[in-house]
Amino acid sequence: MWSFIHKLGSPPWFFRFGGNLVRWLLPVTLILLLVGAFWGLLVAPPDFRQGNSYRIIYIHVPAAVVALAGYYVMALAGAISLIWRIKMADIAMKAAAPVGAVLTGIALVTGAIWGKPTWGTWWVWDARITSMLILFFLYLGVVALFEAYENKAAAAKACAVLSLVGTVNIPIIYKSVDWWYSLHQPASIKFTGESAIDASMMYPLLLMIVAFYGLFAVTVVMNMRAELIWHHRQSSWVRQWAGFE
Amino acid sequence: MPAADQAALSLSAAFFRQFLRHGKTLAASPSDLLNPLLFFFMVVTLFPLGLGPDPERLSQMAPGILWVVALLASLMVSGKLFASDFEDGSLEQLCLAPHPLAILALAEVFAHWLGTGFLLALVSPLFAVMVGLPTQALPVLVVSLLLGSLCLTLIGAVGSALTVSIRRGGLLLSLIIIPLHVPVLIFGSSAVVEATRDGNVASWLALLAALALASLALAPLAIGAALRISLDNG
Repeated sequence: MWSFIHKLGSPPWFFRFGGNLVRWLLPVTLILLLVGAFWGLLVAPPDFRQGNSYRIIYIHVPAAVVALAGYYVMALAGAISLIWRIKMADIAMKAAAPVGAVLTGIALVTGAIWGKPTWGTWWVWDARITSMLILFFLYLGVVALFEAYENKAAAAKACAVLSLVGTVNIPIIYKSVDWWYSLHQPASIKFTGESAIDASMMYPLLLMIVAFYGLFAVTVVMNMRAELIWHHRQSSWVRQWAGFE
Repeated sequence: MPAADQAALSLSAAFFRQFLRHGKTLAASPSDLLNPLLFFFMVVTLFPLGLGPDPERLSQMAPGILWVVALLASLMVSGKLFASDFEDGSLEQLCLAPHPLAILALAEVFAHWLGTGFLLALVSPLFAVMVGLPTQALPVLVVSLLLGSLCLTLIGAVGSALTVSIRRGGLLLSLIIIPLHVPVLIFGSSAVVEATRDGNVASWLALLAALALASLALAPLAIGAALRISLDNG
Protein backbone atom coordinates (compact mmCIF):
# COMPACT_ATOMS: atom_id res chain seq x y z
CA MET A 1 0.00 0.00 0.00
CA TRP A 2 2.63 2.52 1.11
CA SER A 3 5.00 1.63 -1.69
CA PHE A 4 2.13 2.24 -4.13
CA ILE A 5 1.62 5.73 -2.69
CA HIS A 6 5.34 6.41 -2.86
CA LYS A 7 5.43 5.26 -6.47
CA LEU A 8 2.61 7.70 -7.31
CA GLY A 9 5.04 10.51 -6.58
CA SER A 10 7.53 9.36 -9.19
CA PRO A 11 6.95 11.06 -12.56
CA PRO A 12 8.13 8.22 -14.87
CA TRP A 13 6.21 5.64 -12.86
CA PHE A 14 3.05 7.74 -12.81
CA PHE A 15 3.37 8.45 -16.50
CA ARG A 16 3.36 4.70 -17.28
CA PHE A 17 0.71 3.93 -14.66
CA GLY A 18 -1.51 6.72 -15.99
CA GLY A 19 -1.06 5.45 -19.53
CA ASN A 20 -2.21 1.96 -18.52
CA LEU A 21 -5.10 3.43 -16.54
CA VAL A 22 -6.32 5.48 -19.48
CA ARG A 23 -5.94 2.49 -21.79
CA TRP A 24 -8.69 0.52 -20.01
CA LEU A 25 -10.65 3.32 -18.32
CA LEU A 26 -11.24 5.27 -21.53
CA PRO A 27 -13.04 2.44 -23.41
CA VAL A 28 -15.05 1.54 -20.28
CA THR A 29 -16.10 5.19 -19.88
CA LEU A 30 -17.06 5.52 -23.53
CA ILE A 31 -19.15 2.33 -23.40
CA LEU A 32 -20.88 3.54 -20.22
CA LEU A 33 -21.55 6.92 -21.82
CA LEU A 34 -23.00 5.35 -24.97
CA VAL A 35 -25.15 2.85 -23.06
CA GLY A 36 -26.29 5.53 -20.60
CA ALA A 37 -27.11 8.02 -23.35
CA PHE A 38 -28.96 5.41 -25.41
CA TRP A 39 -30.89 4.21 -22.37
CA GLY A 40 -31.68 7.67 -21.07
CA LEU A 41 -32.46 9.40 -24.36
CA LEU A 42 -34.30 6.62 -26.18
CA VAL A 43 -35.38 3.81 -23.88
CA ALA A 44 -36.46 5.56 -20.67
CA PRO A 45 -40.14 6.61 -20.65
CA PRO A 46 -41.04 10.30 -21.21
CA ASP A 47 -42.00 12.35 -18.18
CA PHE A 48 -45.77 12.74 -17.85
CA ARG A 49 -45.52 16.51 -17.30
CA GLN A 50 -42.37 17.57 -19.14
CA GLY A 51 -42.56 15.10 -22.02
CA ASN A 52 -39.19 14.49 -23.60
CA SER A 53 -37.54 17.74 -22.51
CA TYR A 54 -36.65 16.27 -19.11
CA ARG A 55 -34.14 13.96 -20.83
CA ILE A 56 -31.51 16.66 -20.56
CA ILE A 57 -31.04 15.60 -16.93
CA TYR A 58 -28.96 12.73 -18.27
CA ILE A 59 -26.33 15.35 -19.12
CA HIS A 60 -27.21 18.09 -16.65
CA VAL A 61 -27.25 16.18 -13.37
CA PRO A 62 -24.07 14.10 -13.96
CA ALA A 63 -22.17 17.23 -14.99
CA ALA A 64 -23.34 19.11 -11.89
CA VAL A 65 -22.57 16.23 -9.53
CA VAL A 66 -19.07 15.65 -10.90
CA ALA A 67 -18.35 19.40 -11.07
CA LEU A 68 -18.92 19.73 -7.32
CA ALA A 69 -16.98 16.55 -6.53
CA GLY A 70 -14.20 17.80 -8.80
CA TYR A 71 -13.71 20.88 -6.64
CA TYR A 72 -13.15 18.67 -3.61
CA VAL A 73 -10.73 16.50 -5.58
CA MET A 74 -8.84 19.64 -6.56
CA ALA A 75 -8.77 20.96 -2.99
CA LEU A 76 -7.66 17.57 -1.65
CA ALA A 77 -4.79 17.53 -4.15
CA GLY A 78 -3.96 21.09 -3.04
CA ALA A 79 -3.91 20.04 0.61
CA ILE A 80 -1.63 17.08 -0.17
CA SER A 81 0.71 19.36 -2.08
CA LEU A 82 0.84 21.91 0.76
CA ILE A 83 1.29 19.37 3.57
CA TRP A 84 3.56 16.72 2.04
CA ARG A 85 5.01 18.84 -0.78
CA ILE A 86 4.33 16.18 -3.38
CA LYS A 87 4.87 17.56 -6.87
CA MET A 88 2.38 15.14 -8.40
CA ALA A 89 -0.42 16.66 -6.30
CA ASP A 90 0.35 20.09 -7.79
CA ILE A 91 0.03 18.61 -11.24
CA ALA A 92 -3.23 16.83 -10.36
CA MET A 93 -4.68 20.08 -9.01
CA LYS A 94 -3.69 22.04 -12.08
CA ALA A 95 -5.12 19.32 -14.32
CA ALA A 96 -8.45 19.13 -12.46
CA ALA A 97 -9.28 22.87 -12.43
CA PRO A 98 -10.13 23.41 -16.12
CA VAL A 99 -12.00 20.09 -16.34
CA GLY A 100 -14.14 21.06 -13.37
CA ALA A 101 -14.76 24.52 -14.82
CA VAL A 102 -15.94 23.01 -18.12
CA LEU A 103 -18.25 20.57 -16.32
CA THR A 104 -19.74 23.45 -14.32
CA GLY A 105 -20.21 25.36 -17.57
CA ILE A 106 -21.98 22.34 -19.12
CA ALA A 107 -24.26 22.09 -16.09
CA LEU A 108 -25.13 25.80 -16.35
CA VAL A 109 -25.79 25.75 -20.10
CA THR A 110 -27.86 22.56 -20.02
CA GLY A 111 -29.75 23.99 -17.04
CA ALA A 112 -30.59 27.09 -19.06
CA ILE A 113 -31.68 25.00 -22.05
CA TRP A 114 -33.83 22.88 -19.77
CA GLY A 115 -35.27 25.96 -18.10
CA LYS A 116 -36.65 27.37 -21.35
CA PRO A 117 -39.36 24.73 -21.95
CA THR A 118 -39.89 24.02 -18.22
CA TRP A 119 -40.02 27.48 -16.68
CA GLY A 120 -40.43 29.58 -19.82
CA THR A 121 -37.17 31.52 -19.35
CA TRP A 122 -33.52 30.79 -19.91
CA TRP A 123 -32.45 31.95 -16.51
CA VAL A 124 -34.08 31.85 -13.11
CA TRP A 125 -32.39 32.86 -9.86
CA ASP A 126 -33.08 29.49 -8.39
CA ALA A 127 -30.99 28.46 -5.39
CA ARG A 128 -29.29 25.56 -7.15
CA ILE A 129 -28.52 27.48 -10.34
CA THR A 130 -27.08 30.36 -8.32
CA SER A 131 -24.85 28.03 -6.29
CA MET A 132 -23.64 26.42 -9.50
CA LEU A 133 -22.82 29.84 -10.94
CA ILE A 134 -20.76 30.69 -7.86
CA LEU A 135 -18.95 27.35 -8.14
CA PHE A 136 -18.15 28.33 -11.74
CA PHE A 137 -16.59 31.59 -10.51
CA LEU A 138 -14.60 29.69 -7.88
CA TYR A 139 -13.15 27.44 -10.58
CA LEU A 140 -12.37 30.39 -12.85
CA GLY A 141 -10.58 32.09 -9.95
CA VAL A 142 -8.27 29.11 -9.49
CA VAL A 143 -7.53 28.85 -13.21
CA ALA A 144 -6.89 32.61 -13.52
CA LEU A 145 -4.69 32.71 -10.41
CA PHE A 146 -2.54 29.90 -11.77
CA GLU A 147 -2.11 31.68 -15.08
CA ALA A 148 -1.20 34.99 -13.43
CA TYR A 149 1.77 33.67 -11.42
CA GLU A 150 5.10 33.64 -13.16
CA ASN A 151 6.73 31.13 -10.84
CA LYS A 152 4.69 27.98 -11.48
CA ALA A 153 5.74 26.27 -8.26
CA ALA A 154 4.43 29.25 -6.31
CA ALA A 155 1.34 29.30 -8.54
CA ALA A 156 0.44 25.75 -7.54
CA LYS A 157 0.81 26.59 -3.85
CA ALA A 158 -1.28 29.75 -4.21
CA CYS A 159 -4.01 27.79 -5.98
CA ALA A 160 -3.86 25.17 -3.24
CA VAL A 161 -4.48 27.86 -0.60
CA LEU A 162 -7.30 29.37 -2.65
CA SER A 163 -9.01 26.04 -3.26
CA LEU A 164 -8.78 25.17 0.45
CA VAL A 165 -10.34 28.52 1.36
CA GLY A 166 -13.01 27.77 -1.24
CA THR A 167 -13.65 24.34 0.24
CA VAL A 168 -14.30 25.80 3.66
CA ASN A 169 -16.65 28.28 2.01
CA ILE A 170 -18.63 26.00 -0.32
CA PRO A 171 -20.98 24.56 2.34
CA ILE A 172 -21.52 28.09 3.73
CA ILE A 173 -22.23 29.44 0.25
CA TYR A 174 -24.68 26.63 -0.56
CA LYS A 175 -26.52 27.03 2.71
CA SER A 176 -26.63 30.83 2.50
CA VAL A 177 -27.94 30.75 -1.07
CA ASP A 178 -30.62 28.30 0.08
CA TRP A 179 -31.73 30.64 2.85
CA TRP A 180 -31.54 33.64 0.55
CA TYR A 181 -33.81 31.88 -1.92
CA SER A 182 -36.39 30.89 0.66
CA LEU A 183 -36.38 34.43 2.09
CA HIS A 184 -37.07 36.12 -1.23
CA GLN A 185 -39.06 33.59 -3.21
CA PRO A 186 -41.35 31.44 -1.14
CA ALA A 187 -41.41 28.42 -3.43
CA SER A 188 -43.15 29.97 -6.43
CA ILE A 189 -41.25 27.68 -8.76
CA LYS A 190 -41.27 24.04 -7.87
CA PHE A 191 -39.03 21.42 -9.34
CA THR A 192 -41.04 18.40 -10.43
CA GLY A 193 -40.83 15.81 -7.69
CA GLU A 194 -37.30 14.63 -8.09
CA SER A 195 -37.31 12.50 -4.99
CA ALA A 196 -40.08 10.43 -6.53
CA ILE A 197 -38.10 9.70 -9.70
CA ASP A 198 -39.06 6.33 -11.13
CA ALA A 199 -36.54 3.51 -11.30
CA SER A 200 -36.84 3.37 -15.09
CA MET A 201 -35.47 6.93 -15.20
CA MET A 202 -33.15 6.51 -12.22
CA TYR A 203 -30.95 3.67 -13.48
CA PRO A 204 -29.78 5.39 -16.68
CA LEU A 205 -29.13 8.52 -14.60
CA LEU A 206 -26.94 6.59 -12.16
CA LEU A 207 -25.14 5.00 -15.09
CA MET A 208 -24.47 8.44 -16.59
CA ILE A 209 -23.16 9.76 -13.26
CA VAL A 210 -20.69 6.86 -13.09
CA ALA A 211 -19.73 7.50 -16.71
CA PHE A 212 -19.10 11.20 -15.98
CA TYR A 213 -16.88 10.28 -13.03
CA GLY A 214 -14.95 8.06 -15.40
CA LEU A 215 -14.74 10.86 -17.94
CA PHE A 216 -13.44 13.24 -15.27
CA ALA A 217 -10.78 10.75 -14.15
CA VAL A 218 -9.66 9.99 -17.71
CA THR A 219 -9.44 13.67 -18.67
CA VAL A 220 -7.53 14.61 -15.52
CA VAL A 221 -5.04 11.74 -15.92
CA MET A 222 -4.52 12.60 -19.60
CA ASN A 223 -3.98 16.25 -18.65
CA MET A 224 -1.50 15.19 -15.98
CA ARG A 225 0.45 13.01 -18.43
CA ALA A 226 0.67 15.88 -20.91
CA GLU A 227 1.87 18.19 -18.14
CA LEU A 228 4.42 15.60 -17.00
CA ILE A 229 6.11 15.12 -20.36
CA TRP A 230 6.22 18.88 -20.88
CA HIS A 231 7.66 19.45 -17.41
CA HIS A 232 10.28 16.70 -17.80
CA ARG A 233 10.94 17.22 -21.48
CA GLN A 234 14.71 17.44 -20.86
CA SER A 235 14.99 14.30 -18.75
CA SER A 236 16.15 11.00 -20.15
CA TRP A 237 12.99 9.00 -19.49
CA VAL A 238 10.90 11.32 -21.64
CA ARG A 239 13.53 11.33 -24.37
CA GLN A 240 13.63 7.55 -24.27
CA TRP A 241 9.85 7.36 -24.41
CA ALA A 242 9.80 9.70 -27.38
CA GLY A 243 12.50 7.68 -29.12
CA PHE A 244 15.21 10.37 -29.11
CA GLU A 245 17.70 8.20 -27.22
CA MET B 1 22.28 35.95 21.46
CA PRO B 2 19.35 35.41 19.07
CA ALA B 3 17.38 33.98 21.99
CA ALA B 4 17.86 37.19 23.95
CA ASP B 5 16.77 39.21 20.94
CA GLN B 6 13.65 37.17 20.54
CA ALA B 7 12.73 37.66 24.15
CA ALA B 8 13.06 41.40 23.72
CA LEU B 9 9.70 41.78 21.98
CA SER B 10 6.77 39.71 23.13
CA LEU B 11 4.10 38.59 20.70
CA SER B 12 1.53 41.06 21.96
CA ALA B 13 4.03 43.93 21.79
CA ALA B 14 4.92 42.94 18.23
CA PHE B 15 1.23 42.75 17.35
CA PHE B 16 0.63 46.18 18.82
CA ARG B 17 3.61 47.74 17.07
CA GLN B 18 2.60 46.28 13.74
CA PHE B 19 -0.91 47.57 14.31
CA LEU B 20 0.39 51.07 15.09
CA ARG B 21 2.74 51.08 12.13
CA HIS B 22 -0.04 50.30 9.69
CA GLY B 23 -2.36 52.71 11.46
CA LYS B 24 0.20 55.50 11.15
CA THR B 25 0.65 54.93 7.42
CA LEU B 26 -3.11 55.08 7.01
CA ALA B 27 -3.38 58.25 9.09
CA ALA B 28 -0.53 59.85 7.17
CA SER B 29 -2.52 59.73 3.95
CA PRO B 30 -6.06 60.88 4.73
CA SER B 31 -7.08 60.24 1.14
CA ASP B 32 -6.78 56.50 1.83
CA LEU B 33 -9.32 56.94 4.60
CA LEU B 34 -11.63 59.21 2.64
CA ASN B 35 -11.57 57.47 -0.74
CA PRO B 36 -13.69 54.46 0.23
CA LEU B 37 -16.26 56.76 1.82
CA LEU B 38 -16.31 58.96 -1.24
CA PHE B 39 -16.63 55.89 -3.45
CA PHE B 40 -19.54 54.67 -1.33
CA PHE B 41 -21.19 58.09 -1.55
CA MET B 42 -20.82 58.34 -5.32
CA VAL B 43 -21.92 54.81 -6.17
CA VAL B 44 -24.99 55.18 -3.94
CA THR B 45 -25.79 58.29 -6.00
CA LEU B 46 -25.71 56.23 -9.18
CA PHE B 47 -28.59 53.99 -8.10
CA PRO B 48 -31.36 56.61 -8.04
CA LEU B 49 -30.02 57.89 -11.36
CA GLY B 50 -30.17 54.41 -12.84
CA LEU B 51 -33.38 53.21 -11.23
CA GLY B 52 -35.42 56.41 -11.15
CA PRO B 53 -36.19 58.61 -8.16
CA ASP B 54 -39.36 56.80 -6.99
CA PRO B 55 -38.87 56.85 -3.18
CA GLU B 56 -40.90 53.74 -2.53
CA ARG B 57 -38.97 51.57 -4.94
CA LEU B 58 -35.65 52.97 -3.70
CA SER B 59 -36.46 52.27 -0.09
CA GLN B 60 -37.40 48.73 -1.01
CA MET B 61 -34.05 48.24 -2.71
CA ALA B 62 -32.04 50.21 -0.15
CA PRO B 63 -30.73 47.22 1.89
CA GLY B 64 -29.39 45.54 -1.22
CA ILE B 65 -27.94 48.74 -2.68
CA LEU B 66 -26.15 49.69 0.53
CA TRP B 67 -24.71 46.24 1.07
CA VAL B 68 -23.54 45.75 -2.51
CA VAL B 69 -21.84 49.14 -2.50
CA ALA B 70 -20.19 48.42 0.86
CA LEU B 71 -18.89 45.16 -0.58
CA LEU B 72 -17.49 46.94 -3.63
CA ALA B 73 -15.86 49.61 -1.48
CA SER B 74 -14.18 46.93 0.63
CA LEU B 75 -13.07 45.11 -2.52
CA MET B 76 -11.61 48.30 -3.92
CA VAL B 77 -9.37 48.99 -0.93
CA SER B 78 -8.37 45.43 -0.06
CA GLY B 79 -6.04 45.28 -3.04
CA LYS B 80 -3.79 47.84 -1.39
CA LEU B 81 -3.55 46.06 1.94
CA PHE B 82 -0.13 44.44 1.56
CA ALA B 83 1.04 46.30 -1.54
CA SER B 84 3.38 48.82 0.11
CA ASP B 85 4.81 46.19 2.48
CA PHE B 86 5.55 43.98 -0.49
CA GLU B 87 7.17 46.74 -2.50
CA ASP B 88 9.41 48.22 0.19
CA GLY B 89 10.55 44.83 1.46
CA SER B 90 9.08 45.03 4.93
CA LEU B 91 7.10 41.89 4.19
CA GLU B 92 10.36 39.96 3.98
CA GLN B 93 11.39 41.38 7.34
CA LEU B 94 8.07 40.27 8.79
CA CYS B 95 8.68 36.77 7.50
CA LEU B 96 12.03 36.70 9.29
CA ALA B 97 10.53 37.90 12.55
CA PRO B 98 10.42 35.33 15.35
CA HIS B 99 6.65 35.68 15.64
CA PRO B 100 4.07 33.92 13.48
CA LEU B 101 3.46 35.81 10.27
CA ALA B 102 -0.28 35.10 10.55
CA ILE B 103 -0.52 37.11 13.78
CA LEU B 104 1.55 40.03 12.50
CA ALA B 105 -0.51 40.14 9.31
CA LEU B 106 -3.67 40.08 11.41
CA ALA B 107 -2.48 43.26 13.14
CA GLU B 108 -2.26 44.99 9.79
CA VAL B 109 -5.62 43.69 8.65
CA PHE B 110 -7.19 44.90 11.86
CA ALA B 111 -5.72 48.39 11.46
CA HIS B 112 -6.86 48.41 7.85
CA TRP B 113 -10.39 47.42 8.89
CA LEU B 114 -10.57 50.20 11.49
CA GLY B 115 -9.60 52.71 8.81
CA THR B 116 -12.03 51.44 6.16
CA GLY B 117 -14.87 49.06 7.05
CA PHE B 118 -15.36 50.28 10.59
CA LEU B 119 -15.46 53.92 9.47
CA LEU B 120 -17.79 53.11 6.62
CA ALA B 121 -20.19 51.28 8.93
CA LEU B 122 -20.30 54.28 11.26
CA VAL B 123 -21.17 56.78 8.54
CA SER B 124 -23.47 54.44 6.57
CA PRO B 125 -26.70 55.88 8.10
CA LEU B 126 -26.00 59.14 6.24
CA PHE B 127 -26.07 57.36 2.90
CA ALA B 128 -28.90 55.06 3.98
CA VAL B 129 -31.15 58.08 4.47
CA MET B 130 -30.38 59.17 0.91
CA VAL B 131 -31.85 55.99 -0.54
CA GLY B 132 -34.76 56.03 1.87
CA LEU B 133 -33.95 53.13 4.15
CA PRO B 134 -36.64 53.15 6.90
CA THR B 135 -35.14 54.66 10.06
CA GLN B 136 -35.99 51.65 12.21
CA ALA B 137 -33.49 49.63 10.15
CA LEU B 138 -30.57 52.03 10.66
CA PRO B 139 -29.12 50.42 13.82
CA VAL B 140 -29.28 46.99 12.19
CA LEU B 141 -27.54 48.38 9.12
CA VAL B 142 -24.68 49.70 11.25
CA VAL B 143 -24.30 46.49 13.26
CA SER B 144 -24.51 44.30 10.16
CA LEU B 145 -21.92 46.42 8.39
CA LEU B 146 -19.61 46.34 11.42
CA LEU B 147 -19.68 42.55 11.57
CA GLY B 148 -19.86 42.08 7.82
CA SER B 149 -17.04 44.43 6.91
CA LEU B 150 -14.78 42.54 9.30
CA CYS B 151 -15.53 39.36 7.31
CA LEU B 152 -15.12 41.18 4.01
CA THR B 153 -11.78 42.65 5.08
CA LEU B 154 -10.42 39.33 6.36
CA ILE B 155 -11.48 37.40 3.25
CA GLY B 156 -10.28 40.26 1.07
CA ALA B 157 -6.93 40.10 2.85
CA VAL B 158 -6.55 36.46 1.79
CA GLY B 159 -7.11 37.51 -1.81
CA SER B 160 -4.81 40.48 -1.42
CA ALA B 161 -2.06 38.27 0.00
CA LEU B 162 -2.46 35.82 -2.89
CA THR B 163 -2.31 38.50 -5.60
CA VAL B 164 0.14 41.00 -4.12
CA SER B 165 3.04 39.75 -6.25
CA ILE B 166 1.06 39.98 -9.50
CA ARG B 167 1.24 43.10 -11.64
CA ARG B 168 -2.21 44.55 -12.18
CA GLY B 169 -3.79 41.98 -9.89
CA GLY B 170 -6.84 44.13 -9.17
CA LEU B 171 -9.26 42.40 -11.50
CA LEU B 172 -7.95 38.99 -10.51
CA LEU B 173 -8.51 39.90 -6.88
CA SER B 174 -12.19 40.60 -7.58
CA LEU B 175 -12.53 37.34 -9.47
CA ILE B 176 -11.18 35.18 -6.67
CA ILE B 177 -12.79 37.12 -3.81
CA ILE B 178 -16.34 37.89 -4.98
CA PRO B 179 -17.55 34.26 -4.81
CA LEU B 180 -16.26 34.05 -1.24
CA HIS B 181 -18.09 37.26 -0.32
CA VAL B 182 -21.49 35.83 -1.29
CA PRO B 183 -22.53 34.50 2.15
CA VAL B 184 -21.54 37.78 3.84
CA LEU B 185 -23.68 39.75 1.38
CA ILE B 186 -26.63 37.40 1.85
CA PHE B 187 -26.52 37.41 5.65
CA GLY B 188 -25.93 41.16 5.87
CA SER B 189 -28.55 42.34 3.42
CA SER B 190 -31.08 39.81 4.73
CA ALA B 191 -30.64 41.20 8.23
CA VAL B 192 -31.40 44.71 6.98
CA VAL B 193 -34.35 43.50 4.86
CA GLU B 194 -35.81 41.78 7.91
CA ALA B 195 -35.28 44.93 9.96
CA THR B 196 -37.41 46.94 7.51
CA ARG B 197 -40.23 44.41 7.95
CA ASP B 198 -39.73 44.03 11.72
CA GLY B 199 -38.86 40.41 11.03
CA ASN B 200 -36.33 38.04 12.53
CA VAL B 201 -33.15 40.11 12.58
CA ALA B 202 -31.30 38.30 15.34
CA SER B 203 -30.72 35.06 13.49
CA TRP B 204 -29.12 36.81 10.49
CA LEU B 205 -26.92 38.92 12.74
CA ALA B 206 -25.94 35.78 14.66
CA LEU B 207 -24.92 34.13 11.39
CA LEU B 208 -22.88 37.19 10.46
CA ALA B 209 -21.19 37.16 13.85
CA ALA B 210 -20.42 33.46 13.46
CA LEU B 211 -18.92 34.15 10.05
CA ALA B 212 -16.86 37.02 11.47
CA LEU B 213 -15.47 34.84 14.27
CA ALA B 214 -14.75 31.95 11.92
CA SER B 215 -12.89 34.17 9.49
CA LEU B 216 -11.05 35.82 12.38
CA ALA B 217 -9.82 32.37 13.40
CA LEU B 218 -9.10 30.88 9.98
CA ALA B 219 -8.27 33.72 7.61
CA PRO B 220 -4.95 34.69 9.28
CA LEU B 221 -3.58 31.19 8.63
CA ALA B 222 -4.42 31.48 4.93
CA ILE B 223 -3.05 35.05 4.84
CA GLY B 224 0.26 33.98 6.37
CA ALA B 225 0.65 31.06 3.97
CA ALA B 226 -0.34 33.21 0.99
CA LEU B 227 2.14 35.97 1.89
CA ARG B 228 5.02 33.48 1.99
CA ILE B 229 3.97 32.09 -1.39
CA SER B 230 3.80 35.61 -2.84
CA LEU B 231 7.35 36.29 -1.68
CA ASP B 232 8.47 33.14 -3.52
CA ASN B 233 6.86 34.46 -6.68
CA GLY B 234 8.18 37.99 -6.42
